[in-house]
Amino acid sequence: MRYLPLTPGDREAMLARIGVPDIDALFDSVPAAVRLQGDLDLPGHKSELEVERELGALAAKNTSAGQVPFFVGAGAYKHHVPASVDHLIQRSEFLTSYTPYQPEIAQGTLQYLFEFQTQVALLTGMEVANASMYDGSTACAEAVLMAHRLTRRKRAVLSGSLHPHYRAVVETLSHYSDADVVAMPAGPEDADLAAAIDEETSCVVVQLPDVFGGVRDLSALAEAAHAKGALLIVAVTEIVSLGAIRPPGDMGADIVVAEGQSLGNGLNFGGPYVGLFATRQAFVRQMPGRICGETVDVEGRRGFVLTLSTREQHIRRERATSNICTNSGLCALAFTIHLSLLGEVGLRRLASLNHAAACALADDLTELDGVELVTPAFFNEFTIRVPGSGAEIIDQLAKKGVLGGVPMSRLMPDEGGAGDLIIVAATEVTSDTDRAAYRACLQEVLGA
Amino acid sequence: MSGEARDKRAPEPMARIERTFSGNAGLQIEEPLLFEVGRTEISGVDLPEPSNDKPRFGGLERQGEIGLPGLTEPEAMRHYVRLSQKNYAIDMGTYPLGSCTMKHNPRLNEKMARLPGFADIHPLQPQSSVQGALELMAMLADWLCEMTGMASVALSPKAGAHGELCGMTAIRAAHEAKGVKRSVVLVPESAHGTNPATAALLGYDVKAFPAREDGTVSVDAVREAMSDDVAGIMLTNPNTCGLFERDIVEIAEAVHEKGAYFYCDGANFNAIVGKVRPGDLGIDCMHINLHKTFSTPHGGGGPGSGPVVFSKALAPFAPVPFVERQGDACRLVETGEAAGDATPFGRLTAFHGQMGMFVRALAYMLSHGADGMRQASEDAVLNANYLRAGLSDLMSQPFGDQPCMHEVLFDDSFLKDTDITTHDLAKALIDEGYHPMTVYFPLVAHGAMLIEPTESESRAALDGFIAVMRDLAQSAQGGDVARFRDAPRYAPRRRLDETRAAREPVLRWRDGNVRQDDAAE
Repeated sequence: MRYLPLTPGDREAMLARIGVPDIDALFDSVPAAVRLQGDLDLPGHKSELEVERELGALAAKNTSAGQVPFFVGAGAYKHHVPASVDHLIQRSEFLTSYTPYQPEIAQGTLQYLFEFQTQVALLTGMEVANASMYDGSTACAEAVLMAHRLTRRKRAVLSGSLHPHYRAVVETLSHYSDADVVAMPAGPEDADLAAAIDEETSCVVVQLPDVFGGVRDLSALAEAAHAKGALLIVAVTEIVSLGAIRPPGDMGADIVVAEGQSLGNGLNFGGPYVGLFATRQAFVRQMPGRICGETVDVEGRRGFVLTLSTREQHIRRERATSNICTNSGLCALAFTIHLSLLGEVGLRRLASLNHAAACALADDLTELDGVELVTPAFFNEFTIRVPGSGAEIIDQLAKKGVLGGVPMSRLMPDEGGAGDLIIVAATEVTSDTDRAAYRACLQEVLGA
Repeated sequence: MSGEARDKRAPEPMARIERTFSGNAGLQIEEPLLFEVGRTEISGVDLPEPSNDKPRFGGLERQGEIGLPGLTEPEAMRHYVRLSQKNYAIDMGTYPLGSCTMKHNPRLNEKMARLPGFADIHPLQPQSSVQGALELMAMLADWLCEMTGMASVALSPKAGAHGELCGMTAIRAAHEAKGVKRSVVLVPESAHGTNPATAALLGYDVKAFPAREDGTVSVDAVREAMSDDVAGIMLTNPNTCGLFERDIVEIAEAVHEKGAYFYCDGANFNAIVGKVRPGDLGIDCMHINLHKTFSTPHGGGGPGSGPVVFSKALAPFAPVPFVERQGDACRLVETGEAAGDATPFGRLTAFHGQMGMFVRALAYMLSHGADGMRQASEDAVLNANYLRAGLSDLMSQPFGDQPCMHEVLFDDSFLKDTDITTHDLAKALIDEGYHPMTVYFPLVAHGAMLIEPTESESRAALDGFIAVMRDLAQSAQGGDVARFRDAPRYAPRRRLDETRAAREPVLRWRDGNVRQDDAAE
């Protein structure tokens, strides 16, 4: 077995050194009645070549984004990641190290986390950020719990244009932790959120750009929330958007959570991704997750450590701010490397290219009879209303080799009004040929 | 897994080592922060000039400079390669962190996860276009169910603690379905901190109870703690002292008798794969750390993956999404309405879980097979006991010298009267070229040192580690305090001031922060 260094001779000599007759003697504490007799009912070991063939056959059954004109977004986005990013994150010292609990031999991890935290704070327009969360949706649920702690209230108001998966994660956690959720009816024309905020409200959660792709100013909502003593939580699922539009911190957000997948990380069928979490300096002791901070060593040299760990479960146990004990380290590294390659000018240009591609696509598609643009202001994705079932149209487009977006009915099966809506995304990888193919295929499908 | 107690006796600044002019030391090269080397007008990505005469941001254009520095590719390579060289890693040497399972991460797994058919597919593509991915998830679920003897699995939890949340939520949902509200969860004192934190998150009162003298939980203690108000018990098996809970079958019976459920923390499942199945022990749910038992890389602290297996009793409450086989095809069930007779408790995350980790874990499973996985567990246990045999005469064990599972626990009584702490010993190991073991966990052992070698270590590597540990123990007992108190001397940094970091938190770079050259003055 290529991964196991012990030889049969080693095992024999080691058992003798331990002073037991055989390996089963070391499993004596396992009740005999339940010990497995013989091997599990699974195949035996395989060579690299055999495993590659078996998994390669499964991979080949999938249509990958790079193979076809591709317009799927709604929380995860196809971007081009520079080759050096994947090379760097596969360095053994990054890939095969643990959480930096021994900071003297983990300065590499700690320093990039400090860089990551700074980048996230700058992007979101907030004062501080943590060292990352599992993903955007879990970060969003943790933000709601944090708002409950800060306000000593237990009711969150959720926008109707918050990604339905994010909404479901918040609702699930709230239900089982005895907190309330007031969820607005789902739809692109969000109800009057400000009117739903009262003295019991801990926070109001909105997405920017929202799940329909729409972009709007949240300043008035922030003021309305603050007037009632509630916090504004803004969720961003497309972090590249902050290279072009005003950051939530500028509009009065108290907590910004985001999905960072777009920078450095592939689509990966939904994970692993990287959650971003940023807030005000004053709230830092209620922030969940790992935090990296600057300090000095005994010789006065600058160094970094995990800090404020008195919030965390390994110290506080049942009084911890969260049960989280992991971040998304390697994905955060990919994010940080990609963003440092882009830099200010690169990010801004990337954001402009995304927006230009989406504008051109929106123009192309709305030229077709019966196709309407639902979101007048957007970043790199928008929602169209189609004459017919969005889900059926997406299936027919897929048969023609175009992955044309996400039918809103898949995310909002309960919403009657969602049946004819499709969320469409375009990024810097969308070519003129891709757009032409989409337009032509959609025309055929609608004409049929 | 590790916690660190504060050591107030700072190392001697007198022991300062001469520094070179640059602060570098051979291959150890100082590296400033990105914000000190990058420039906002530089980019390492060539992009075409955008052409868009009518932006549609609705007046929300971002104004002013963001302040993000850029690096060209050669600068980025140097910056991050230099940073990487300040980290210890499994690929460099023995990394015996107890409870963390720092086993070898096969590179085949990385290659498989990067196949475009897995890495470049979107979670919301039409299901017809991702049948291979759904089949992989179904296959992983089948393997996990067979290995654990459980009825179903939720793949979506993103890490071990997220898996705990999944399992405990299912328990709460199961009680709610019966119309009962129970308020207490039993957690032994030796548990991971995530256990009580998870139970508390779900509104439960945590009732801690001690282990008996041999380090395991007795069925009598559980019976005594049980009541009609207990929703469930959270027990790690093998436990955090590296011992198999020998009363576990009776404990499960005692829990079930009172209508409660048994949550097993599966952090240490790697000791028993192919030897005993949790389902045969009476467990109702258990999370599995794919990043421990099934070798997906720890990545400097994530991403992890924590699927949860369920007994028949809890299976109906498992969250969405999950994959169902329908003849030759696979269907992803994404909502409760589409779940048929099942009553999912809800959703834990956007999308479907850590697909990248599913591919890696399945590559590990296929590579090892049933025989290889049993052998891996046996070798992990053999290696831990070999370390125990090599060290037990010089070090002290809190529960006596008895066979352990995949990790061996020592306490600090062998350091009594030496003026050297567990913390000091850990730092001295760094100077010897090793990553320290887990220290000060579990809390039930004073000055705990939890050593987990894993099956990836050769006999020669174990002999080397034993020799170093013996030398350190003898040196400590011989009174060579400086060797410990001044350690580490040869790492990229010496001991860092954690009190200062927490008291005056500096959590991001700002122009004007202390720079390297200022700090050293």
